Amino acid sequence: MTGVDAPAISVRDLVKRYPGRPPVEAVRGLSLDVRRGECFGLLGPNGAGKTTTIEILEGLLAPTSGEVEVLGLTWAAHAGALRERVGVSLQETRLSDKLTVLETARLFRSFYRRGIAAEAALELVGLVPKAAARVANLSGGERQRLAVATALVGWPELLFLDEPTTGLDPQSRRQIWDLVETVRACGHTVVLTTHFMDEAERLCDRIAIVDAGRVIALGTPPELLAQFEVAHLDDVFVKLAGRRLTESGWAEPVAGSTGGPA
Amino acid sequence: MTSQPASAARPLPPPAVTAGGHAPLRAFIASRLVEFCREPEALFWVYGFPLVMILSLGIAFRQQPLASLRVDVVAGPAAAADAATLNAAPGLTATIRPQAEAAERLRTGRADLVVERSAAAVEFRTDPTRPEAVLARDRAHDALERAAGRRDLLTVRDTPVESPGGRYIDFLVPGLMALSLMGGGLWGVGFAVVEMRIRKLLKRFFATPLAHWQFLFGMMAGRMLFVIPEMVLLVVAARLLFGVQVFGSAAAVVALLVLGATAFAGIGLAIAARAKTLEAVSGALNLIMLPMWLGSGVFFSRERYPDWLQPVLAALPLTPLVDALRGVMLEGRTLAGCAGEITAIAAWGIICFAIALRIFRWQ
Ligand SMILES: Nc1ncnc2c1ncn2[C@@H]1O[C@H](COP(=O)(O)OP(=O)(O)OP(=O)(O)O)[C@@H](O)[C@H]1O
Ligand SMILES: [Mg+2]
Repeated sequence: MTGVDAPAISVRDLVKRYPGRPPVEAVRGLSLDVRRGECFGLLGPNGAGKTTTIEILEGLLAPTSGEVEVLGLTWAAHAGALRERVGVSLQETRLSDKLTVLETARLFRSFYRRGIAAEAALELVGLVPKAAARVANLSGGERQRLAVATALVGWPELLFLDEPTTGLDPQSRRQIWDLVETVRACGHTVVLTTHFMDEAERLCDRIAIVDAGRVIALGTPPELLAQFEVAHLDDVFVKLAGRRLTESGWAEPVAGSTGGPA
Repeated sequence: MTSQPASAARPLPPPAVTAGGHAPLRAFIASRLVEFCREPEALFWVYGFPLVMILSLGIAFRQQPLASLRVDVVAGPAAAADAATLNAAPGLTATIRPQAEAAERLRTGRADLVVERSAAAVEFRTDPTRPEAVLARDRAHDALERAAGRRDLLTVRDTPVESPGGRYIDFLVPGLMALSLMGGGLWGVGFAVVEMRIRKLLKRFFATPLAHWQFLFGMMAGRMLFVIPEMVLLVVAARLLFGVQVFGSAAAVVALLVLGATAFAGIGLAIAARAKTLEAVSGALNLIMLPMWLGSGVFFSRERYPDWLQPVLAALPLTPLVDALRGVMLEGRTLAGCAGEITAIAAWGIICFAIALRIFRWQ
């Protein structure tokens, strides 16, 4: 039934149209399930609709149509309860410049009834040495890690990370990977978006490859490799879309490929 | 390769999860105050600007003894005697001048009155719209009549009285306090909210259990706590520099300040509820502040405007705040005596907060 046995997330026929001239259909009939306790990756080029999808799952955007259940509940009916159980790191947020790192983490911690110490969250993202620094003086990567720390303070059952490692140096990336491991070891669910194939392959139990607002492939990394008879996840995307997914997120056309088997 | 002790321990064990530490409203308000205090420009605008304003206006409009009024006596047979009479009268300085020169001085405002005696009459030439001119005319008339032999029938005694509370600076201080409450509430809240929206910080807060009303109320309360010290500073400075006294109770003044700060913060929230750019919100704020700067009686009494405009001016949110603060500070009215004004201010605040709560957009 619903409740405990329900999947962490279930999405059916999700559509999101941004009004405008012309209207942008960012998500066009996307369906997927995220199981409890897994790390689920959304992979795709710029403009694929990853952020739009994840923000609908986070209850920050209203879908144009389709059904979304999170932890067996809907945002329309249970926003208050869900907010306590879900942690969010947006693709881009500029936190208050005038507060220090620790003050920021403490502020977010105070919003939750239960959670981990602000210091523990900073430790998970490796920001303890910067605890007393003002946010204004942080580097881009440090800000990003602070954003992740603010998502962790409530020790959420379901953690959303939108491009948590974009712009991070290799060591900081590994730190984020480690904290995802720690969160998952507690039986919590993680949904993240990324442009990095190696990251998705290494970190995610299952991956949905998204292009133009639809899921074009879904499975565990080995399943995807086997299904498309390729050695690297990049090539799955090339086979499907005829373009190559680069680390910066641009899908480059591949000479001579039209999406047929190479 | 050397070993890496930092990463050897990773992944870290899960941290302890605890209940408690849940204080959204208090922590949010505290963070707002910390942010304000770390913003030197904001500190100047909030604390320095009203002080500079009080200081400069207080000095410019300080109470001065009436300057001697200038009377030109047109040269003629009786001119010397008349000039002597006028110079002997209090507050008049008379000079004999040819008619053309006297006329020119009157026209350019260098003389307040021109006196010309002919066989038939004594002629006074003045600009009747200038108070000094009217005063000069009456004094001159009086002095010349007495010199001509008029007898006064009443015994008159003049007793000079000091009127603290009746000077321009006394009038100005409550108005400036209300004005900074308005500026602080509208800019401090309205602008800040839009900036947070642009930074996606609003969206980030929305993704936490912090409730709508907690955020909005926290923005208002943070601003309110911030302006109370500012107001104390203004009152103390006005007292020390210009001897401005508060005739009503301090508690009533504080209550009005809290009410005013909260109401304007509520209005600021309503204006910022949907605005997406700083230009849009600044435009809207300036547009609604301008009529209040001019029409709510901060710098001069709003009775100078024509009658048909009065209901409009009375309906502006700043007007009842200025009136109530003046009533308490200058006339010693009680809060009950300002019930009408208080109702109007509260209505503005409550209605705007309710609108903000309804139409507020996080993104
Ligand atoms: N508020 C908006 N109004 C109109 N169009 C939008 C809006 N937000 C996003 N879009 C459009 O929707 C599409 C999907 O955007 P989205 O941000 O979901 O992509 P993404 O997969 O997260 O891309 P990236 O890898 O660059 O983060 C894009 O074409 C984008 O231009
Ligand atoms: Mg995105």
